[in-house]
Amino acid sequence: MSHVLQKKDFWAGVLYIAIGAAAFWIGRDYPMGTAGRMGAGYFPAILSVILMLIGLLSAARAIAQEGEAVGAIAWKPLALVVGSTALFGLLLPGAGLVVALIVLILVSAAASQHFRFEPKAAAGLILLVVFCTLVFVKALGVPMPLVGSWFGE
Amino acid sequence: METLSNLWLGLETALTFWNLAYCMVGVLLGTAIGVLPGLGPTATIAMLLPVTFGLPPVSALIMLAGIYYGAQYGGSTTAILVNLPGESSSVVTALDGYQMARQGKAGRALATAAIGSFFAGTVATVLLAVFAPPLADLALQFGPAEYFSLMVLGLVASVVLAHGSLLHAFGMIILGLILGLIGTDVNSGTTRYTFGFPEIADGINFVVVAMGVFGLGEIIGNLANESTRTVMAKTVTGLMPTKDDLKQMAAPVLRGTVLGSMLGILPGGGAMLASFAAYTLEKKVSKHPERFGKGAIEGVAGPESANNAGAQTSFIPMLTLGIPSNPVMALMIGAMIMQGIQPGPSVMTEQPVLFWGLIVSMWIGNLFLLVLNLPLIGLWVRMISVPYHFLYPAILVFCAIGVFSLNNATFDVYLMAIFGFLGYIFRKLDCEPAPMLLGFILGPMMEEHLRRTMLISKGDATVFLSRPISATMLVLALILLATVLAPAVRQKREEAFQEEA
Repeated sequence: MSHVLQKKDFWAGVLYIAIGAAAFWIGRDYPMGTAGRMGAGYFPAILSVILMLIGLLSAARAIAQEGEAVGAIAWKPLALVVGSTALFGLLLPGAGLVVALIVLILVSAAASQHFRFEPKAAAGLILLVVFCTLVFVKALGVPMPLVGSWFGE
Repeated sequence: METLSNLWLGLETALTFWNLAYCMVGVLLGTAIGVLPGLGPTATIAMLLPVTFGLPPVSALIMLAGIYYGAQYGGSTTAILVNLPGESSSVVTALDGYQMARQGKAGRALATAAIGSFFAGTVATVLLAVFAPPLADLALQFGPAEYFSLMVLGLVASVVLAHGSLLHAFGMIILGLILGLIGTDVNSGTTRYTFGFPEIADGINFVVVAMGVFGLGEIIGNLANESTRTVMAKTVTGLMPTKDDLKQMAAPVLRGTVLGSMLGILPGGGAMLASFAAYTLEKKVSKHPERFGKGAIEGVAGPESANNAGAQTSFIPMLTLGIPSNPVMALMIGAMIMQGIQPGPSVMTEQPVLFWGLIVSMWIGNLFLLVLNLPLIGLWVRMISVPYHFLYPAILVFCAIGVFSLNNATFDVYLMAIFGFLGYIFRKLDCEPAPMLLGFILGPMMEEHLRRTMLISKGDATVFLSRPISATMLVLALILLATVLAPAVRQKREEAFQEEA
């Protein structure tokens, strides 16, 4: 039997309680109003209390019952996929679409164990950048600078 | 008679050149992306949504519907050829479909899926045309109390009929409802949970949530257990079913269509439940249940018809009541709101062209699916063969640019990254993100109806029970909950979803 601290139900419960508590805490200043005239804080308060209760139930279930362990978290893909997406947002205005795309593609691709920088991959990279430039910027007119302000424009 | 004139109006709309073109492009794009392993209809639609925002509402919805059934069919193709169902509704198709492919009968399995889907789609479209108007009429008499109760019933039903833990499904719904509150409160103008960011003063765009949780989250999940896959049957032959095949599939297709149509209408129903139920049914009525899992044609015909019928009829509650019964319908509702259409019973009377055009185009789309997909199968096989490590960076690129283009804001890209992170964590904890999306879309509507009801009743909550329709729906929700919590049913439910393993 896995330890309580390893169980999925336990951590899901912790997550619900944390989010519910945060929502309740942040929402404490929103006007409650009355049942007949609900203020901005009424519905959020109800929901956050329910969420915390569900969290308690889930945590209690983890203690009372057998349950699956969370298992290893795939930190590498998690960090690289989330990180590369954020980097894209960061680089787009300053460095421009071309650089942002290359960084996004290369950093995210590194998350795969099959990733090798070989001619085929490089060709795919160039193809994708050209495709995005033509379709999104030229054809659809999404306002993204190809070369960003950092390079002087 | 009225139905006929309505259908005529629909035909006139759907048969214009551009709408036909959008329908076809939608079906093709949907199939092309849907065949990519690891991408289900929800992720596909979320990814392609920004493409449709520039179109007029009718064309946008026609294209989205096309993408939906295209993606679903694409998912089945992948399930049959590589045993990698892109989404839960083709999980059961993989059981027997993949076995057929291994025995060299991939062509027959694919043809069975296509023909079954087409037949089911046709029947479901007729049902939609017949049953939507009276339901919308009924819904027009609904007040805020009825709507609130209906949403409660819808959410409860979606929890009960979905697979996975009940408790977590509820947790995720509530979480979604809370996320839906982010932004400016329409009644008082108070900004809630924006953390001072003006970018989300109007709320978080649902595309950001969907792409983050379903797009990014799924990519991370897939990378966590990366495996090599082999495509069965590089060239698919024998697409034309024999007379014997047709005879064998006729009854399962019929049963699947009936079952799927009924389950699709239920809130929380839709394609997934339909295919599971149909598989179980086929196995029950079969004289040789031992053939199932070893390449039984009925095991493909029944579920495939059922999931397409269910996909189609799940439009009924969406179009008439404005209630999404599954995440895909939630996305459709989001798309309608972005197009400036308030989903609900008035859509049919105020936007007859849109309503009937969409219905007729669904049938045309199903025809496209049948006519185009069998000849194009070679192309789809080639697409499936693209290794995942080439694929997912491209998916990320499209998600990132798509989300950016919503408001031309990098803020949305960051937000998507956060939801991607959350999406993976939820998955890791067995918390299905689908109910969260339903809650997210319904959140603002639920609050609004609750407030209105309580305002009218002057704070008296018993109004939900004193109005007959509202009370009926709440009682139904309670019965559903009670039955599913009863030990006997609980076990049965777990068994029903066990087929997956």
